[in-house]
Amino acid sequence: MDLYLPVANLSVNALVIVLLGGGVGFLSGMFGVGGGFLTTPLLIFYGIPPTVAAASAATQVTGASVSGALAHFERGGVDLRMGAVLIAGGLLGSLIGAGLFELLTAWGQIDTTINILYVVLLGSVGGLMAREAWGALRALQAGLPAPARKRRHHPMVANLPMRWRFYRSGLYISPLAPLILGALVGILTMLLGVGGGFIMVPAMIFLLGMGAQVVVGTSLFQILFVTIATTMVHAMTTGAVDIVLAGLLLLGSVTGAQIGARFAQKVRPEYLRMALAIIVLLVALRMAVGLFIRPDEIYTVQ
Amino acid sequence: MTRIGASIAALLLLLLPAAAQAVDPRLVPDVSSRSIEIQYSFTGEELLLFGAILYPGQRLPDDRADIVVVLKGPVRPVVLREKQRIAGMWVNASSIRLRTSPGFYAIGSSRPVDKLVDERTAAIFELGLKNLSMSPTGFSEAKKLERFEAGLVDLYRRMGLFYENPSAVEITEGVLYRARIPVPARVPVGTYRAETYLISKGRVLAVASRDVQIRKAGFERFVALAAQRHGFLYGLAAVALSLLLGYAASALFRRR
Repeated sequence: MDLYLPVANLSVNALVIVLLGGGVGFLSGMFGVGGGFLTTPLLIFYGIPPTVAAASAATQVTGASVSGALAHFERGGVDLRMGAVLIAGGLLGSLIGAGLFELLTAWGQIDTTINILYVVLLGSVGGLMAREAWGALRALQAGLPAPARKRRHHPMVANLPMRWRFYRSGLYISPLAPLILGALVGILTMLLGVGGGFIMVPAMIFLLGMGAQVVVGTSLFQILFVTIATTMVHAMTTGAVDIVLAGLLLLGSVTGAQIGARFAQKVRPEYLRMALAIIVLLVALRMAVGLFIRPDEIYTVQ
Repeated sequence: MTRIGASIAALLLLLLPAAAQAVDPRLVPDVSSRSIEIQYSFTGEELLLFGAILYPGQRLPDDRADIVVVLKGPVRPVVLREKQRIAGMWVNASSIRLRTSPGFYAIGSSRPVDKLVDERTAAIFELGLKNLSMSPTGFSEAKKLERFEAGLVDLYRRMGLFYENPSAVEITEGVLYRARIPVPARVPVGTYRAETYLISKGRVLAVASRDVQIRKAGFERFVALAAQRHGFLYGLAAVALSLLLGYAASALFRRR
């Protein structure tokens, strides 16, 4: 079934896009990630212009994270104070990101930048996750208890001035740390169309040292608001949000997410983390290969 | 097709007395639709360019005349970038600006254009993909320019935005002609010009043109306009849609 995308200016097979959204949604429900890091590259492989892909993927992540954010909020799994600081940083980041987007587009380097960022981020995060999951799996097979982690924030964070108390997170740190973290993730949301959960969650655990019970909820909370802000910024600057494309992705992903969430309850979390790490590394590898092999199109029109 | 044939015949009868007084032959061109509307299921369309050749005194000349049809989209300024291998990576390394790059160009003829006219004439009338004048700005070497223009033509050709078919025009009884031009889904919107050239013995005897509007219609037009002009409201709508769908799905599944 062909459908014309009014902003992307091309027609796509609606079923393929819904299925793509469904697949990403399934994974996102299963692993508790937004899935933007899969949507954007897959849309680009399908032939959607990168800008439209990133902008519309951000819109889709909003829908993918709303139910999770609500559920965690009801359960008290959101540190509102931390969330507010992260969101403030995220808003700042999405504005900086918009400036960068414009600059890089004018230089003609936006596609390469998106590619390199994906390779570096997914490669390193995927690598860390794989190592951690491997260790957990080995421990599981040996019948040992999982190695307990000492919870504390990074010394760099401890050195920042002006400390606030974040009760839910069990932290007494400078708000500058989450502000900067939020801003960095906001930039990535703007440029890559990712929610940034795959960076936010490890950063919250390893850099800020947040309590595990509020990490995922607060991250989803921040993703929800920052992707909303990003959609707005994209709509007002690049004009690249394709509401039809986003709608199709959403139809698939919100359904897929529910199915994925059910499926996840039947599988051990260590295996899930390993599977996610492998998927992340595969996407990174595919992007890296794309940088070095001769592209189909040497010439591009802007 | 018979309907079109009948309308051509009617047109012909109407115009015959007037044509009889003219010295040079004239062209009476038309297109199968004056406006193409892009809607939700638009996957491209085929435009039929047809018409009649009116010879003075209704006498057909001894030599066979040829017809060239051109469908040209709106021109716009573009930046054309070229990827090169730098440190093993393919990145955009060099670019040129073209002030008048057509977003769509299709040419069909009854015989290959280079057999009909010499290069100079072809260049004057912009007949053929080699002869598009794209007005590059700034200084760049002729060689680089040539390479870039060839790259653009190749790219657009594979996207279906440039099209060349030396046997697209069919001439019936020396007076009626018709040609089909495929218009792909990703065409830019705007005012297109369908031009017809009557060529004989290397000379362009008559030129005639018709405008064709290609525009988005209905919901697609509404969305595209909203995205362009009302970014804030459009953004709000997109956000509302995603919140609603996300919430609806979780509410639906929770109940089960």
